[in-house]
Amino acid sequence: MVKTEYAKAVIAATHTEDRSVLLEASNVTMQFGGLTAVDDVSLSIRNGEIVGLIGPNGAGKTTFFNCLTGLYKPTAGQVRFRGELLPPQPRNVVKAGIARTFQNIRLFHNMTALENVMVGMYCRTKTNAIDAIFRLPRHRREERECTEKARRWLSFVGLEGAENHLSRNLPYGDQRRLEIARALATEPGLLLLDEPTAGMNPNETREAEDLIFKIRDLGLAVLVIEHDMRFIFSLCDRVACLVRGAVLVEGPPSHVQADERVIEAYIGAPQDDEDGE
Amino acid sequence: MTIVSPELQSRYGKPARIVAIVGAAIMVFAPMVPWVYTGKILDDMRRAFDPSGLQILFELVALVLLGVLVTSMFGVKLGKYKNVVAWNSTALAASLGGLGYIAAIVLAVAVVGSQKGLGGLAAAEPGLWIALAGSVIASAGSVFLRKSPRATLAKVPSPAWVQILALVAVVAMVLFMAAFAVNLTEVESFLVCCVFIVAAVFVFRATGVMGWLSIATANNRKVLMLAAFAAAFIFPATQDGSDANMTVVAQVLIFAGTALGLNIVVGLAGLLDMGYIAFLGAGAFTAAVLSRSAYATFSIDLPFPVVVLISGTVAALFGLLIGSPTLRVSGDYLAIVTLAFGEIFRITMVNLDGTDGPNITHGSNGIPAIPNLDFFGFDFGKSHEIFGITITRQANYYLLLLVVIAIVIAVFANLNHSRIGRGWVAIREDEMAAEAMGVNTFTLKLLAFAGGAFLAGMVGAVKAYKDTSVTPDQFVFLESCFLLSAVVLGGMGTVMGVLIGATILKLLPEKLRFFDDYRMLIFGALLVVMMRFRPEGIVADERRQMEFHDEDEELADEVEEELVTHHDLLNPEGGK
Ligand SMILES: Nc1ncnc2c1ncn2[C@@H]1O[C@H](COP(=O)(O)OP(=O)(O)O)[C@@H](O)[C@H]1O
Ligand SMILES: [Mg+2]
Repeated sequence: MVKTEYAKAVIAATHTEDRSVLLEASNVTMQFGGLTAVDDVSLSIRNGEIVGLIGPNGAGKTTFFNCLTGLYKPTAGQVRFRGELLPPQPRNVVKAGIARTFQNIRLFHNMTALENVMVGMYCRTKTNAIDAIFRLPRHRREERECTEKARRWLSFVGLEGAENHLSRNLPYGDQRRLEIARALATEPGLLLLDEPTAGMNPNETREAEDLIFKIRDLGLAVLVIEHDMRFIFSLCDRVACLVRGAVLVEGPPSHVQADERVIEAYIGAPQDDEDGE
Repeated sequence: MTIVSPELQSRYGKPARIVAIVGAAIMVFAPMVPWVYTGKILDDMRRAFDPSGLQILFELVALVLLGVLVTSMFGVKLGKYKNVVAWNSTALAASLGGLGYIAAIVLAVAVVGSQKGLGGLAAAEPGLWIALAGSVIASAGSVFLRKSPRATLAKVPSPAWVQILALVAVVAMVLFMAAFAVNLTEVESFLVCCVFIVAAVFVFRATGVMGWLSIATANNRKVLMLAAFAAAFIFPATQDGSDANMTVVAQVLIFAGTALGLNIVVGLAGLLDMGYIAFLGAGAFTAAVLSRSAYATFSIDLPFPVVVLISGTVAALFGLLIGSPTLRVSGDYLAIVTLAFGEIFRITMVNLDGTDGPNITHGSNGIPAIPNLDFFGFDFGKSHEIFGITITRQANYYLLLLVVIAIVIAVFANLNHSRIGRGWVAIREDEMAAEAMGVNTFTLKLLAFAGGAFLAGMVGAVKAYKDTSVTPDQFVFLESCFLLSAVVLGGMGTVMGVLIGATILKLLPEKLRFFDDYRMLIFGALLVVMMRFRPEGIVADERRQMEFHDEDEELADEVEEELVTHHDLLNPEGGK
């Protein structure tokens, strides 16, 4: 367990059984020209909750993530986080407490694993150019603390020995872990994972599952896009199924699993190719 | 490098080694006999048993080659550290290096000999041909030697003092070579010397010395920096009070300082700026306009450090001015827009002449007659004797530039190793992901522009005083191209690489005047070749270096394992 101030705070928040609404997306619609990628989606996530987002390829899941993180500005509807409207730029969304990973891994390839995680801490640190140029004590202190925390996050996701490796040279599964470590380093209240096990072999998938369980134990709220049903149903408190941009069903895993329309959507969907698995 | 197929190598390996040794022995002997009948070609290579400088360099290569070949024949294994030196690869590198070197000399003799009416190659004495023949024989033998695993000295225990001593020795060697090369007045001698340096670098790489040195560098960065600066400070002492040589070297420093500023923008933040010379110009014009020159328009008597700061600030403001609109575009578009702004700067400076605009710069005449600096009675315009060493006018400015460069390097390195540097590199790698991870990309990009411009502006202030005049045509687009080439060639994001790149790009044209007409062609070709074979530049980013160390160790392990299995296969009885 990562014993940082942040982790303690998160755990404290969970243990108070504070189940207030953390994120509230209401009637979010995203159109690209004539194409409606996300169609009037409403979804709320409570503190410490794990919500799964499923749906065939092209259903608009990633687009919905982009709306939640400020990369896209929704055509209609609004998103509230901790009761406040989402700020416009992605970097301010991160600062507000929403972090994400990408479906197609987007690490900083020519930086070391440790540096990648330290970039995640950018918005939680304050050193300015003058501090850095003159190596003032507070810069050095912050740098030390940052390095220490980044090391802990790396070991949290199981990448102890990889600190000085360039991220592009890491094995695929480790790159996914590193992306999660980088997102965690931004000290989020809500973590968005976009297909965290895509392209992984069964072994790596198992490990990724364990990691997400560990993150849940930290007490973070997690919204996860997944195709692996077994995984979704063992992990999530609630599942929403997105089809052609709209929420088809939402509810407890067993409820969604039993729904015939969901199975139909997956099997009958014309664009259905399940990431080469 | 494999030239001959492995089967041939294993079949002819033994006789080939004998051939190579014979060739090497001939090479060792060659410098003892005259190479040329006159002392007018290259340096004095006409006396027996009294080798000239260039001949001694050849002798060095020959001795290394002979040593490597003979020791490898007896299978010398430095104690328990097997295969620390890749004998066969070293032999190949040394023999080919020697061949290239002697070929360059033969070529130089042919060219100079006919230019001076000495009959071209007819001026050659047997010694030259003996040396060439020896090299050919040694190379022919060496290509048949079995390719040895890559050398690694990473496993050899090396206490800190050994590393420090080695680094100091390297710095001293570089100082010596630099002094020797800069002092060579003849173009051909200089070229031949460059060929030798390249050959030496290859031999160092093949022996694993280069890899070991980079580890030592990583461990003792401060020591190396100190040693390098100490060497740079005593460099003027090696120049015998030659103002001409110091002019060249001071120009190299100005160029290098500006390139380091550009390195923040291009190397770290990944913003392609094609008009960077404008920032050097902004600094130079600011200093000129504020100077005590009769043509200066705002002549104020300020202490020089203040002038430097003002020049830097003006350049930085100019950077912000250019940056805030242009940074909304990226990639190729940014290159085009910055290119345009660079030209706008130059043309504006031409137009601030009193007719087309307010008179600030006197148009294309610029601001001449900038008086020399004077620090507490130390007149930069005069030669000074210090400990019997003549410090000429240019040497004064060279020393001042060293201080400025030290500041530039410190700023660059400290920013690079901070959250700001990491933010820049993140933007370079993936701007969208950086923004999505909370990095304030716009502010950081502006900061890169302003910071880089500040450094260039500081250097510009010194340039104004050193050159005594500032005119708009010193800041043409071509100079921006050269700056960019220096950064790319040397290694983006590195200090050492950019210093080397700047030295190559500035020193070569200065020493090789004749090649001025072709320098575009040659640098262009050089860049293309670099991009094909070593896209990371001469010096790789330290982030990558860190990783290479790990690889080296892994490789060493692999090699060891391979040897053990081979050994077992060869001795199935399990004998030792
Ligand atoms: N920037 C964009 N411009 C136009 N169309 C887009 C854009 N991003 C996504 N889309 C479209 O939106 C639809 C949903 O895509 P996406 O959200 O990636 O699906 P999922 O992640 O569920 O597989 C797709 O039809 C895709 O082509
Ligand atoms: Mg997707």
